[in-house]
Amino acid sequence: MLPALSRVAVCGGTHGNELSGVYLVHERLKRRKKSQVMEPVAVVTVMSNPRAVQRCVRYTETDLNRCFTHAILSASEQTSYELVRSQELNSLLGPKGSAEAMDLICDLHNTTANMGLCLITYSDSDWICLHICKYLQARAQHPRTDAMEIGPQPHGLIRANIFMAMQEAVQLLLDWVRLFNSGAQFEGGSVDVYTLVKNIDYPRDPHTHTIIAAVHPDLQDRDFCLLHPGDPMFLSFSGETLRYKGKEPLYPFFINESAYYEKAVALSLARRRKVEIPAIRSSRM
Amino acid sequence: MSSRVNASYFPQAERVAIFGGTHGNEMSGVTLVNMWIKNRAEIERSGVAVRAFITNPRAVEKCSRYIDTDLNRAFTPENLSTASGDGLPYEVQRAKEVNQIFGPKGSPDAYDVIFDLHNTTSNMGSTLILESSTDYFNLQMVHYIKKAIAPESCMVLLNEHPHLKYATTRSVAKHPVGLEVGPQPQGVLRSNIFESMRAIMKHALDFIELFNSGVEFPACSVEVFRVHERVDYPRDTNGNITAMVHPHLQDCDWEPLNPGDPMFQTFDGRTIPYEGASPVYPTFINEAAYYEKQQACITTRRETLAANAIRKISK
Repeated sequence: MLPALSRVAVCGGTHGNELSGVYLVHERLKRRKKSQVMEPVAVVTVMSNPRAVQRCVRYTETDLNRCFTHAILSASEQTSYELVRSQELNSLLGPKGSAEAMDLICDLHNTTANMGLCLITYSDSDWICLHICKYLQARAQHPRTDAMEIGPQPHGLIRANIFMAMQEAVQLLLDWVRLFNSGAQFEGGSVDVYTLVKNIDYPRDPHTHTIIAAVHPDLQDRDFCLLHPGDPMFLSFSGETLRYKGKEPLYPFFINESAYYEKAVALSLARRRKVEIPAIRSSRM
Repeated sequence: MSSRVNASYFPQAERVAIFGGTHGNEMSGVTLVNMWIKNRAEIERSGVAVRAFITNPRAVEKCSRYIDTDLNRAFTPENLSTASGDGLPYEVQRAKEVNQIFGPKGSPDAYDVIFDLHNTTSNMGSTLILESSTDYFNLQMVHYIKKAIAPESCMVLLNEHPHLKYATTRSVAKHPVGLEVGPQPQGVLRSNIFESMRAIMKHALDFIELFNSGVEFPACSVEVFRVHERVDYPRDTNGNITAMVHPHLQDCDWEPLNPGDPMFQTFDGRTIPYEGASPVYPTFINEAAYYEKQQACITTRRETLAANAIRKISK
């Protein structure tokens, strides 16, 4: 038995150039203004980084999606736009770690990597998130594993199929919440989860640090396809194939995400395992 | 033997430039040009000086399309003749510098050929962009490149439209050639896109070397797609986009679009059809950088251009 989810938020535009979430939030806010229909769940819809959205950039000064540390949230004199904004969002949706915080936040993102629909969550014992994942996997067109990441989509544009997939997924998530809150029991089972093991940077020139190879054509777009030791990883500009030197086969993801060049990440590698989740039901009848 | 009557003569192409980073987040050109600046071996050809050059270094540094204004629209007569000063947008100042090094545009001192390397988020494959239907040197070059890369294909986009034509960085040269390869997101380097662009540049330089050695290229015809119209997204009275490129049109660059075919899809799933009178060939479908230019795609018409035989003027 778990408490009902009385406060849920849907956030878009955390990165201002990831347009599926921006337009989805925009449309939700527009529809809310037009109709007076009360939703069965109180959903707060938020445009997280309006200035970045307005300029169609990932961020204006610093990545908002890295600003929710305790240190930043509790600092007294923030001046940079995203640092101030993270404190505003923390007041609106949090405070983080307190009893007043939102029960569930769904943060909408896009990626240039070929990840399909991907749910990102922070704990493998968060039964709510894992049940939502299981519910979406059974019903959505592109299931993968709560930030909701949908790709591939270049930043700064909107693809209709990706928008529709995200819209469907958000609707399914809110359906699940409504069912859960109404007392439905969700059977236990198992969910495949991918857990980050390490990030891999591009091969670089030892003196200038400039990138000297691109993701290998055999790896490009093969997110979540098992990578074995010895498989091609990079193709250097001089034509040499550089191979995966790890000992353990792992699952690559975020392969060639444009925003990660500056974070020195060409791809991430994950282990996959099944997590057993118990049956759950809300304690409110 | 080709007829001397219809041959066109051009001087030796002595100075050629390859531009990258005109848009700082279009990574194939940035990477190729930086590589060739460091090691020129791959672009060297006898009889011609080939210079690789980053046109918008600040935008490259920032990995953004531009700093103040689009460099690839900045080469207007007004901009090129305006006085230098602190108040000038960065790209206008930069256009003047580029014009000084590689031009002046329109003068006999201008570079013979400039290739400007671009990427697009549109599914255009490899596309060569020309600005004149009567530049037989350029037409012969694209004909040569298309034959050389077969069975891989390369489209030719011709922008001679009186209103939609724009003052490109490459327009400084006597023979400007745009090379656009996609689809590739901004800020991303995809290996296959990089290698396609590299291969086309190799054949382009081979053509120039052959031309300079005195080879005559016989008369030929070239299929081109001529720019017809710009189509914007449907918008509301506040200027916000109200529909997306339809899934049936998305990624279908160069395929015929007939009247009545789906063109846009509203956010609540309604289809908006193409309402033109005749079939067109859309391209630059859903280019991220064109949202601010009010362009969802460009429509084109297919045409076959005739090019005279060409030969170098013998000294």
